[in-house]
Amino acid sequence: MSRKDFWPLLFITLGIAVFPIVAGGSEYSISLLVFLGINGLTTMGLSLLMGYAGQISLGHAAFYGIGAYSSGILTTKYSIHPLIAFLAGIFLSAIVAFLVGKPTLRLRGHYMAVATLGFGEILFILFNELSPLTGGPSGLSGIPALTFLGQPIEGSAYLYLVWAFVILVLIFSLNLINSRVGRALRAVHGSELAANAMGVDASRYKVQVFVVSAIYASMAGSLYAHFVTFISPSSFSLMFSILLLMMVVIGGTSTIWGSLLGAAVLTLLPEYLRAFEDFDVLVYGIILMVVLLFMPQGILEGLRGFMERKRGSQSKSHE
Amino acid sequence: MNEAILRVEGLEKFFGGLRAIDTLDFTVAAGKIKSIIGPNGAGKTTLFNLVTGVFPLTRGVIEFQGRAIHGLKAHAIARLGISRTFQTLELFGNMTVLENVMLGRHSRSSAGIFSAGLRLPGMQKEEKEIREKALAELQFMGLGDKSSGGATSLPLGEQKLLEIARALATQPKLLLLDEPAAGLNMRETGNLSETILKIRDRGITILLVEHDMSLVMEVSDEVLVLHYGRKIADGLPRDVQRNREVIAAYLGEEAEDA
Repeated sequence: MSRKDFWPLLFITLGIAVFPIVAGGSEYSISLLVFLGINGLTTMGLSLLMGYAGQISLGHAAFYGIGAYSSGILTTKYSIHPLIAFLAGIFLSAIVAFLVGKPTLRLRGHYMAVATLGFGEILFILFNELSPLTGGPSGLSGIPALTFLGQPIEGSAYLYLVWAFVILVLIFSLNLINSRVGRALRAVHGSELAANAMGVDASRYKVQVFVVSAIYASMAGSLYAHFVTFISPSSFSLMFSILLLMMVVIGGTSTIWGSLLGAAVLTLLPEYLRAFEDFDVLVYGIILMVVLLFMPQGILEGLRGFMERKRGSQSKSHE
Repeated sequence: MNEAILRVEGLEKFFGGLRAIDTLDFTVAAGKIKSIIGPNGAGKTTLFNLVTGVFPLTRGVIEFQGRAIHGLKAHAIARLGISRTFQTLELFGNMTVLENVMLGRHSRSSAGIFSAGLRLPGMQKEEKEIREKALAELQFMGLGDKSSGGATSLPLGEQKLLEIARALATQPKLLLLDEPAAGLNMRETGNLSETILKIRDRGITILLVEHDMSLVMEVSDEVLVLHYGRKIADGLPRDVQRNREVIAAYLGEEAEDA
C-alpha cells in the first residue's frame, strides 16, 4: 500500500460504514452492495493475475464454486463449523490452483487461458454430477447463515462482514504490488528476459499469484453461499468466469482499484438497466462496447486521463 | 595470474544447421577485464546468452568459480553472482528508474507473498535496505537525481548506465556488458571507460563485448577475438592488435600494409 491509496481506502471504509444508516438499510440496496463486495474479492485476485502476472484465467468461477460448495456441503451435510468449512475451501482451492498452475505457467503464451477454461468446465460437470454431495443441477439448499455469539449475521451486519474482507484483501493486494514480489511480477511483465537475468524466477511468481487469486475467489464463494443459502451449478459456469474477466477489463487491468471499480459497474449496471425491460441486454452490450472503444485502458485510466486533460486545459486558459 | 572465475571448455552452439559457437575454450581471470571482440555475427551475444542461461548449449562446459553452470536456469545463474546488460536495452518500462535498480536486489532479498502482503516488520526492514542499496548504485552510476522518473523516458545514454546500475545491484562477481558504448557520444564513452575501471576496482570481474576499439584497448586486461564462432586470438590487447588473422578478419587483406 502506498500513500496515494490511503484516502480512497478511508473513503470506501466510511462509505460502507454509514451506508445502511444513510440509505435506510433497504434489503435490496444492501444485498447489491454485498454482491458487489463478493464480486470485488474475486476480481482483485484476477487483477493481480492479469494486470501483474500477465495471465488470463477463464476458470475463476470454478474456484468461486469450490469455496461455495465447500461451505455449503460441509455445513449442511457434515455439520462442520462454517469457519472450518471456509478454511477448507481456501485450502482446497489453493491446492487445486497449484496443481493447475504449476505445469501451465511454465509455458509462455495463452496456455493458462486454455487450461483454466478446461478446468472450469470439469468443475462445472462435477458440481452437476456429484449429486449426492452437491445436489446436482437442482442445487444445494439450507446452507446456514453465519452466526456470531449465537446471533445470525444478516442485513447490514453481513454487509460489514463482506466489506471487512474486501478491505483486508484490498490492503493485502496493494501491499503485495508495492513490494519485492510486486516488483518481480511487474518486471516479468516488462521484460521476462531481463527479469530472469536479474534473478527473478518468473514461473514461480506466476504460480504464487494464481494461488492467491484462487484463494480470493474461494473466500468470495464461501461468503456467497452463506448469504444466499442456496447454490446451484449455474452460478459457477463459464459465463460467470467471463463476467469476472469483463469486470477486470472494464475497470482497468493495470490497477487493483480498477478491478474493484469494474466489479461495481458490472454488478450495478444490470439493475439500472431493468428500466429498458426486454432491451436491457442490448443496452448492456452497447455500453460495454462504447466503454472499451473510448477507454481501452478501462474506466479508471479513462477517467484519470479525462481529468488530467481537463486540468491541463484549465491551467492553459489561466495563463 | 589470478585464478579463473569463468572457464569455458569445448563450447558449441548450433542454431539448426548454423554453428554459432565452434569448440570455444577460454578463461576469465578473477578481478580482470576481458573483452570479446569480433565482426557482427561472430557469436559474441550468443556467448553471453549461453553463459547467463538464456538458452542451452549444444556441447561443452561452462564453469563459474569451479562449478558447472550450464543447464542451470537463468535466475539461478544470476543468484550465483553473474549479471549482465543487454545490447538492445531491456529496461522495465513499466517501472521507475529506482524500481528498476531495486529489482536488481531481488535475489539478495527474500520477502515472500505473505510477509509482503502483511507488511511484516522483517519485510519493511528489508525493503528499506533494498532502497538504500539501489540508491547507492544509482549514485555510483551518476544517476542519483533521476530516481523517480520512468526508466524508458531517460535519454539513451542514461538508460545504458541504468542497466549497469541494475546489474550492479545484484551484487555480481562477474558482470557481462553487452556493447555498453553503442549509441554513446565521445564524452559519454570517455566517462564509461572510467566507470568500467571503477567497477573492476570494486573487485568485480568484467566480460565486455564492444565494438569501440579505443574503449576496448583502454580498459581490457585481455582480449578474445571471435570470428564466425571461432576463437582466432586470445591475449594481451597489444598482442591481439598485431595479430595478422585479427587484422584480416576485421579490415580485410589490404589493411596489412597499414
